[in-house]
Amino acid sequence: MEKVINGLAYVLGDNIDTDQIIPAEHLVYSTSDPEELKKYGHYALSSVPIEKAGLPNGGIPFIDGDNHSSKFRIIIGGKNFGCGSSREHAPLSLQVAGVKVVVAQSYARIFYRNSVDGGFIIPFESEIQLNNKIKTGDEIEIDLPNNLLINKTSGEKYNLKPLGSVFEIVDAGGLFEFARATKMI
Amino acid sequence: MGMTITEKILAKSAKKNFVTPGENVWLDVDVLMTHDVCGPPTIAIWKKEFGEKAKIFDKEKLVIFPDHYIFTQNAHANRNVDILRQFAAEQNLPNYYDVGTERYKGVCHIALAEEGYNVPGTVLFGTDSHTCTSGAFGMFATGVGNTDAAFILGTGKIWEKVPESMKFIFNGVMPSYLTAKDLILQILGDITTDGATYRAMEFDGDAIFSLSMYERMTLTNMAIEAGGMNGIIKVDEITREYLREVGITKFDEFESDADANYQSKYVYNVEEIEPLVAKPHSPDNRDIVRNVAGTKLTKCYIGSCTGGKITDFQFAAQILFGNNVKVPTFVVPASTTVAKQLSEETHKGISLKEIFENSGCIIAESSCAACLGGPSDTIGRSIDGDVVISTTNRNFPGRMGSKASGVYLASPLTVAASAVTGVITDPRDFL
Repeated sequence: MEKVINGLAYVLGDNIDTDQIIPAEHLVYSTSDPEELKKYGHYALSSVPIEKAGLPNGGIPFIDGDNHSSKFRIIIGGKNFGCGSSREHAPLSLQVAGVKVVVAQSYARIFYRNSVDGGFIIPFESEIQLNNKIKTGDEIEIDLPNNLLINKTSGEKYNLKPLGSVFEIVDAGGLFEFARATKMI
Repeated sequence: MGMTITEKILAKSAKKNFVTPGENVWLDVDVLMTHDVCGPPTIAIWKKEFGEKAKIFDKEKLVIFPDHYIFTQNAHANRNVDILRQFAAEQNLPNYYDVGTERYKGVCHIALAEEGYNVPGTVLFGTDSHTCTSGAFGMFATGVGNTDAAFILGTGKIWEKVPESMKFIFNGVMPSYLTAKDLILQILGDITTDGATYRAMEFDGDAIFSLSMYERMTLTNMAIEAGGMNGIIKVDEITREYLREVGITKFDEFESDADANYQSKYVYNVEEIEPLVAKPHSPDNRDIVRNVAGTKLTKCYIGSCTGGKITDFQFAAQILFGNNVKVPTFVVPASTTVAKQLSEETHKGISLKEIFENSGCIIAESSCAACLGGPSDTIGRSIDGDVVISTTNRNFPGRMGSKASGVYLASPLTVAASAVTGVITDPRDFL
């Protein structure tokens, strides 16, 4: 696992559900075909209402034009990120779009599990609400060993909650890698 | 200290005498359910991780219902069903319910009940967030993603954190204008969409035990809308009677101890609850129907695992009988059994099917249909700035299709009353 992750922030509100992350009509593409997989990146966050896409001002698409990857690698969300459906396509689509880390105040259970067990993104929880302190486009550094978020644009630093008992699965790269490393399978 | 019903079932599955909330346990899975959206990627992960020639953990314990994208020309969606069909043949699966055959059932959560997979005291996982529906049968049921499902497919096991429990007690006699949908919308408005995250939601009280199994499933179905890990209702004579009808006679009945620990308890009197809606764009955006009455609609929708059961159509038929709908109104039976019941069940001597046809409703074939948008040719899908009132369980932006549309969630009584007037209408105006 990388120790330091740098990237531009993309800021979202509370209750970003899995239908906003990847709408149901796009769940038909093969996850094993590399060309079709790109479509998950292309449609990532495509159902976020445009006025709420890329806060604080909104109106910033996550994906430009025909691209399947985004220039934003770090998502800053609010409460209850990933609520709704069990579709693992949600954290997968963020990964395909190039997202490395999501920092939210809290997560829905299935999305959080899927992120960790599938090894798609690192789901950090912030100690305080950050989607009103960080702006879309701010340069962010995530210092993993120290559970720290540094906003290089504003110079402010915020503590992240340690990953706790799921750290070993995240560090291994997912449930299957962890299960093999610990001789579980 | 005592245990809750959820803790007792998890202890049994983990082969332990006692479990406490927050503890991580390895569970033996009794049933794994998947469908055409999450089945193909689950199979792909399982093959990648366990090898092309691997055997699944237990053929009898895997149940597959294609149900999400069924009646569509979308080639990718059809390919998903082909993958399931091929996998079922290759593994010689006894519990595959193929579309285009007599075995096709429709929506998985209702089909699980009808086909006898909901066994009290057991543990059921599914690649669908509404798997919590099965908790109406005094069992532990919850949703997981494809990686967790692939792990279960290979090992029969999964790790879970034992949830804290919340208790929701409904007292009183259910008024004729109220349904289980109103009760769960009441809870959602009170605790919000993350009020039960990683917790068990246990439903109790005289009003709950007066409900049919289908109405109870409406409550447990929407536990996930509050973030709940599972919803659960203990077994009573109504449960046992349903189980007898589907041929299940042997099972373990658990109930919460009097000194079990709850994170919180909520007590309601159903006689004080009014018909409710969830306004766009969140299931917890609750209001009483009277406050939004008169809102102009472009579509009405009665269907889904939450709102497409025979009881939902019995409620709707009471109001649609002898009336005409003013806006396009879609009737989507959740399962093929429910579709058959529409022809058999009557209201004032006329079959429900005829009542819906006479009132101008569009009756669709059983499947998830437009509850979750689906491919662009899906019947009833919202387009542009549609304003929809629906018996489904979610109204997130774009959930039913267009993100410019707005969806109100309501009981089948409220949806039927609104269909007749073309504007959101309190069902008490018709009852």
